[in-house]
Amino acid sequence: METAPKPGKDVPPKKDKLQTKRKKPRRYWEEETVPTTAGASPGPPRNKKNRELRPQRPKNAHILKKSRISKKPQVPKKPREWKNPESQSGLSGAQDPFPGPAPVPVEVGQKFCRIDKSRKLPHSKAKTRSRLEVAEAEEEETSIKAARSELLLAEEPGFLEGEDGEDTAKICQADIVEAVDIASAAKHFDLNLRQFGPYRLNYSRTGRHLAFGGRRGHVAALDWVTKKLMCEINVMEAVRDIRFLHSEALLAVAQNRWLHIYDNQGIELHCIRRCDRVTRLEFLPFHFLLATASETGFLTYLDVSVGKIVAALNARAGRLDVMSQNPYNAVIHLGHSNGTVSLWSPAMKEPLAKILCHRGGVRAVAVDSTGTYMATSGLDHQLKIFDLRGTYQPLSTRTLPHGAGHLAFSQRGLLVAGMGDVVNIWAGQGKASPPSLEQPYLTHRLSGPVHGLQFCPFEDVLGVGHTGGITSMLVPGASEPNFDGLESNPYRSRKQRQEWEVKALLEKVPAELICLDPRALAEVDVISLEQGKKEQIERLGYDPQAKAPFQPKPKQKGRSSTASLVKRKRKVMDEEHRDKVRQSLQQQHHKEAKAKPTGARPSALDRFVR
Amino acid sequence: MTANRLAESLLALSQQEELADLPKDYLLSESEDEGDNDGERKHQKLLEAISSLDGKNRRKLAERSEASLKVSEFSVSSEGSGEKLVLADLLEPVKTSSSLATVKKQLSRVKSKKTVELPLNKEEIERIHREVAFNKTAQVLSKWDPVVLKNRQAEQLVFPLEKEEPAIAPIEHVLSGWKARTPLEQEIFNLLHKNKQPVTDPLLTPVEKASLRAMSLEEAKMRRAELQRARALQSYYEAKARREKKIKSKKYHKVVKKGKAKKALKEFEQLRKVNPAAALEELEKIEKARMMERMSLKHQNSGKWAKSKAIMAKYDLEARQAMQEQLSKNKELTQKLQVASESEEEEGGTEDVEELLVPDVVNEVQMNADGPNPWMLRSCTSDTKEAATQEDPEQLPELAAHEVSASGAEERPVAEEEILLREFEERQSLRKRSELNQDAEPASSQETKDSSSQEVLSELRALSQKLKEKHQSRKQKASSEGTVPQVQREEPAPEEEEPLLLQRPERVQTLEELEELGKEDCFQNKELPRPLLEGQQSERTPNNRPDAPKEKKEKEQLINLQNFLTTQSPSVRSLAVPTIIEELEDEEERNHRQMIKEAFAGDDVIRDFLKEKREAVEASKPKDVDLTLPGWGEWGGVGLKPSAKKRRQFLIKAPEGPPRKDKNLPNVIISEKRNIHAAAHQVQVLPYPFTHHRQFERTIQTPIGSTWNTQRAFQKLTTPKVVTKPGHIIKPIKAEDVGYQSSSRSDLPVIQRNPKRITTRHNKEEKL
Repeated sequence: METAPKPGKDVPPKKDKLQTKRKKPRRYWEEETVPTTAGASPGPPRNKKNRELRPQRPKNAHILKKSRISKKPQVPKKPREWKNPESQSGLSGAQDPFPGPAPVPVEVGQKFCRIDKSRKLPHSKAKTRSRLEVAEAEEEETSIKAARSELLLAEEPGFLEGEDGEDTAKICQADIVEAVDIASAAKHFDLNLRQFGPYRLNYSRTGRHLAFGGRRGHVAALDWVTKKLMCEINVMEAVRDIRFLHSEALLAVAQNRWLHIYDNQGIELHCIRRCDRVTRLEFLPFHFLLATASETGFLTYLDVSVGKIVAALNARAGRLDVMSQNPYNAVIHLGHSNGTVSLWSPAMKEPLAKILCHRGGVRAVAVDSTGTYMATSGLDHQLKIFDLRGTYQPLSTRTLPHGAGHLAFSQRGLLVAGMGDVVNIWAGQGKASPPSLEQPYLTHRLSGPVHGLQFCPFEDVLGVGHTGGITSMLVPGASEPNFDGLESNPYRSRKQRQEWEVKALLEKVPAELICLDPRALAEVDVISLEQGKKEQIERLGYDPQAKAPFQPKPKQKGRSSTASLVKRKRKVMDEEHRDKVRQSLQQQHHKEAKAKPTGARPSALDRFVR
Repeated sequence: MTANRLAESLLALSQQEELADLPKDYLLSESEDEGDNDGERKHQKLLEAISSLDGKNRRKLAERSEASLKVSEFSVSSEGSGEKLVLADLLEPVKTSSSLATVKKQLSRVKSKKTVELPLNKEEIERIHREVAFNKTAQVLSKWDPVVLKNRQAEQLVFPLEKEEPAIAPIEHVLSGWKARTPLEQEIFNLLHKNKQPVTDPLLTPVEKASLRAMSLEEAKMRRAELQRARALQSYYEAKARREKKIKSKKYHKVVKKGKAKKALKEFEQLRKVNPAAALEELEKIEKARMMERMSLKHQNSGKWAKSKAIMAKYDLEARQAMQEQLSKNKELTQKLQVASESEEEEGGTEDVEELLVPDVVNEVQMNADGPNPWMLRSCTSDTKEAATQEDPEQLPELAAHEVSASGAEERPVAEEEILLREFEERQSLRKRSELNQDAEPASSQETKDSSSQEVLSELRALSQKLKEKHQSRKQKASSEGTVPQVQREEPAPEEEEPLLLQRPERVQTLEELEELGKEDCFQNKELPRPLLEGQQSERTPNNRPDAPKEKKEKEQLINLQNFLTTQSPSVRSLAVPTIIEELEDEEERNHRQMIKEAFAGDDVIRDFLKEKREAVEASKPKDVDLTLPGWGEWGGVGLKPSAKKRRQFLIKAPEGPPRKDKNLPNVIISEKRNIHAAAHQVQVLPYPFTHHRQFERTIQTPIGSTWNTQRAFQKLTTPKVVTKPGHIIKPIKAEDVGYQSSSRSDLPVIQRNPKRITTRHNKEEKL
């Protein structure tokens, strides 16, 4: 990321140099006596500045030593061996000091393994087994290759660390701005737009462009890094929400009556009257769907690539004004006034799931980028984090003084909540952990109540729309430091964008594939498989795949008399029967063992208990 | 008697199968046998009687045997019918006699005689032939089995199957059988051989090897260091040259040029001392250069600059001066040299002049004054002066002053040059300093960005202006020094030091100013955020403060516990707010909460949800099928219901489906409906070798797209199963290709007789 200057890995950080150069950071709790006597002011020892804003060092350095994948000595394929054995050592005769491919840490490789080995397989025949082995070998190889290419992800996330035990929440934006380099400091700015009311804002997928719309009709889009304005218009109508479509060239604006689509020149391209009184917008980038939640209680999916309405679902829960998408599986989460959050897919007329989250109405919902955690805040002033991996149970709960009106997750799992005119950010331990609500990571006060929040992708920046305009905050460690140049490249040219657009359209995911588990497509449809089997049996009159009944082989020397044949048959049948009984008994035992209460042991005196 | 006994024994044998070895025994002891047999039989009977008590065998009739008293009239015993009578047994006497042996032999001979069998009919013969042919063909073809299997399991088959040897061979091999033919080649090879270059083996040359062997590590290191140093020096020099080349100032270049000329002259002087002959040559060269200068119309006031100056000269005193200077130079240059025959007199003359000019340095002058060229002369003086500086650097300014005083306007440029040079240096240092300042500035500017940026900007502007002013003043000073050196004649040393002095206070000033700036920033910043932050602090609830984590922890635990309880029993309490929170919150909060409670007093969210969930569960349950027909087999009509028994009889209970996913999740309703649209995209038929869906799922779980894989992995995962090279004839596989010796001809005769089978086998082969 650009937010933090990167020192060389082996060079120790030039702390002392920074100290000498840097002016003492001012803390808000310090008294005004400071300026006259900078050194003699009372308070915490402020001359030490080991608060750092640097990228982390690679953590896997020690892992490398610990474990390596080297079960099989992987000999690289030699292209074509000559008959001359000398030529193997090269022309200069030098020996490779590190022969073979570089070892890969197991943990990294494990990350790319997708075969679920926890599920047991039924006994398989040799031919099937060989196929399975091939699949597993392929997976291992590809995962190792992917792990090896991790090396190319050179950037590391930024972070903010308080000096021993110092609360990072007390570090204000000015301090951060002071500590970071100029380029990053330029990313902190305020747009004072007091005239056109509270603002909603949206960053494009590459994180390069910012669109914002004021309640009183002010709509603007700009390249916020260079601060180059793309367009600025007043739509002369209330603007409820604004969102970029798949690229920064198209803008969807939810206006008072209808949904309008503008291009980056501010020219109105479409007015979609089937989406009326829209309150919230969400764009599903891989499906090219624009989801709109309306006052009339309808959730409408509009396919942006063909301009058709894919589904209009009636949520039957009154006015909809809380919406967010799960980036992992493209499920839309709607918050309702009865304290529930419902999960929607365009393929289903009813919600995929409904979760009772709060006693009062739900005010805000946000889902993190891995689709693991959902944060909700309700009218009961509580902020909860739910686990979305099947259990839908709250992991942590926290009562906030005024309750959070807006929530957003960053790419690396930081949670921001807008409460009145204060913005609180919580961070977790790592990328995969939920944000711990114990202590805020950062806090910031704005000039007006918050109306829209979004973390900028690929930049350590949080955009806050409020009544006083737009504030761009620096939040170290908020976003993913490495971007995929082919997928969302902040520095792409116009040509690249056009090419990406074509590719993305070719890879568009059908809307009906949205479901809770996006890997369901890699599963066999068991129900129709069984149905088909049943139909086949009916058609043929017998089960072609059924296990043939035991047929004793004919034996010689008078041993295959009818009686002995029958006897042998009986034997096999009995054996099978015994197996069955044994299994069922075992199951019963298991059940009993489970059902047995693990309470106190029964005492002899129990019999006297009435 | 014997026959009778024998028959008896046979019967007994048939009765008791388990005692199979009895017949042999009984021959051994006859008397014992009698009693034994009797006992046996009785025992048998007893057993039978006991067994007949059982229901099954009751009807069994007593079997007839010779010795039994009870004989059934219904059935004739067929006991012993299963036994085969061997002829020899019948003949066997009690005692072995030799007379019967011949009869036995004859009997066996009769037995062993064979009759000629009838020939089989045609169909049977054919069938046998077919069988034999099949076996043979199968055996022949079975040798292909491993090949077929291998090809089937191969990840990729490239047709044509026979691989061509790569044409690339190492150069040594190619060269060994190659001779230079053309003259050019021969020449090259001659050269190579002469220099002992390796021709065949492209390894190191003997020289290189030797050098490699000769140089030790330390030497190599030293050499490397040396080289590195040289390279670094070179790069420094290059950088310097480039920098100097970039300088656009004409003055500077003029000065440099003059300096060079001076240097050249000095060198020439030295050379004259050491090596007069070489000096003469040098002199000629210089002369030539002068002539060239003279020939070219360089200082004729015809250049661009001169023309512009001519225009300016009317109004500008400086320009006029410059023009005059140039003209004088022109005169000097175009002066014809006199032949150096009466040089001595002139030398004396010049000596005088020199002595007048520079009384201190007399000795030197005699050598350099070989012409009346004042230009040379002047440079000479400067040379001497420089030498003096080498001797006594502190005297230099004085000297320079003397010179200036002596030579007047003519001499001035030299001093000017020096001053200019100095000024350049100063300016450079200043630039550096300003850069530093700029470095420092961003820090301050960053701070001030929030709201008070304008003030700070103005401050900065003022500062920079000050800096500029200072710079300008110094420039002016420098120029004044240049123009009026006489004024400062007496204190050149302080003048020299002045830049330093100037710099120091200036730097201090700037730093101070910066600090002040920073302080002001502090003020401004503080003035802004402080009230905000105060408000923030006041607004923060107690649990937000660092001293309240304890309470918070307790609260968290409580919540967790309750959550845990909810998972056990879906009670209404589960989502209740812990009471501690309400106690902790202040009045206002409580009022707010109260308001919310009132607002939501009517609708109990949890009860509604549970109700909804119950309904959903009911709806998703499979329904029982009721087939009762009211009025069928009993009275029907209004108010009459079919009896419970009937209903039970005709109710088809639906099989209980799999447990709901939200069975143990009280706060969740998960829809059990299937997404039919998505299911249409799923695999619905298991492909061949798989028997269970989980097996197949395992093989399709790894994605093969380039989005999820590295390029290499993607290419490997998507390699085609069969690749055919264009432009190649794909011939059928031959035994020789696989490594078998046998030709197909020898296999054929059997096969040809049975063409049908062959075709089927061949079809199979084609499938591989």
